[in-house]
Amino acid sequence: MKRWIAAIALGLSLAGVAHAAIDTYEFANEADRERFRDLTKELRCPKCQNQDIADSNSPIAMDLRREIFRMLGEGKDNEQIIGFMVDRYGDFVRYKPALTGKTALLWFGPAALLLGGVLVIGLIVRRRRAEHADTSDTLSVEERQRLDQLLDKDHP
Amino acid sequence: MKRWLMIVPLAVFLLVAVFLYRGLYLDPAELPSAMIGKPLPEFSLPNVQGDRTLTQADLLGKPALVNVWGTWCISCRVEHPVLNKLAEQGVVIYGINYKDDNAAALKWLSEFHNPYQLDIRDEDGTLGLNLGVYGAPETFLIDAKGIIRHKFVGVIDEVVWREQLASLYQGLVDEARP
Repeated sequence: MKRWIAAIALGLSLAGVAHAAIDTYEFANEADRERFRDLTKELRCPKCQNQDIADSNSPIAMDLRREIFRMLGEGKDNEQIIGFMVDRYGDFVRYKPALTGKTALLWFGPAALLLGGVLVIGLIVRRRRAEHADTSDTLSVEERQRLDQLLDKDHP
Repeated sequence: MKRWLMIVPLAVFLLVAVFLYRGLYLDPAELPSAMIGKPLPEFSLPNVQGDRTLTQADLLGKPALVNVWGTWCISCRVEHPVLNKLAEQGVVIYGINYKDDNAAALKWLSEFHNPYQLDIRDEDGTLGLNLGVYGAPETFLIDAKGIIRHKFVGVIDEVVWREQLASLYQGLVDEARP
């Protein structure tokens, strides 16, 4: 048991070290720190494609973080920084791609599919209603007699 | 019920199937370069040999391969003999030694032969960053005016050269002729 606790404590302390190793930038103010975090979360690592550059430990992600930090220090705005990345690595690096002809399908595809689904369901429901509309839901005299007969059978 | 509506699900299925089938053979690691059609970025860096400063102007005049490499890059070792062979055939190749230890780079070039006409020393990776490099080896094909025309990510072996790059390079050479 003691051994387990020691192992867990060691693990936790190492996790702290690993985190500290990534976060070594000194920001001029809290707003810059916030922007740095947002930008590194929004930009994708070109080498390890399922990670953002905040998460990735690959050398290129480190370079890109350093570059973003530098540009923040120079007072560039978010648009300029993202533009810098897109100029070099393409739209690929953005997790939120800009709305262009190429990316329209990405942005509107899901909504279009949903709309299509709603439309199809609507059509089906309307047709079913139309089919049932002409058969009235009140029983004729014959039907009522037959119903009574059936019910009587069950409860003589 | 309109008859033709019945084939809609089948059509949708076929469309999706074609896309998915194509997706099986796409390499997601291969990114389209944003640099195609743009000129080489400006730079002013020393060479690996340490006896002169190079700028983008030094790379103009002839169509060429610009090869990004490093001694830490294992697949560059595989690529190197192929580059040597191409250089022997008269292909112009410039090297960018990317984020490397310079002494190791010098040793590599003297041990394995130097196929590069110029060796740019990009220790901090700034030129690499401006070129949109995200690994090594990567190779850019530039024309005589220094415009980037093609980018190849990965090891250039003889098959890649023969089937993809040779004709592109030849095209640029032909274009540069008056």
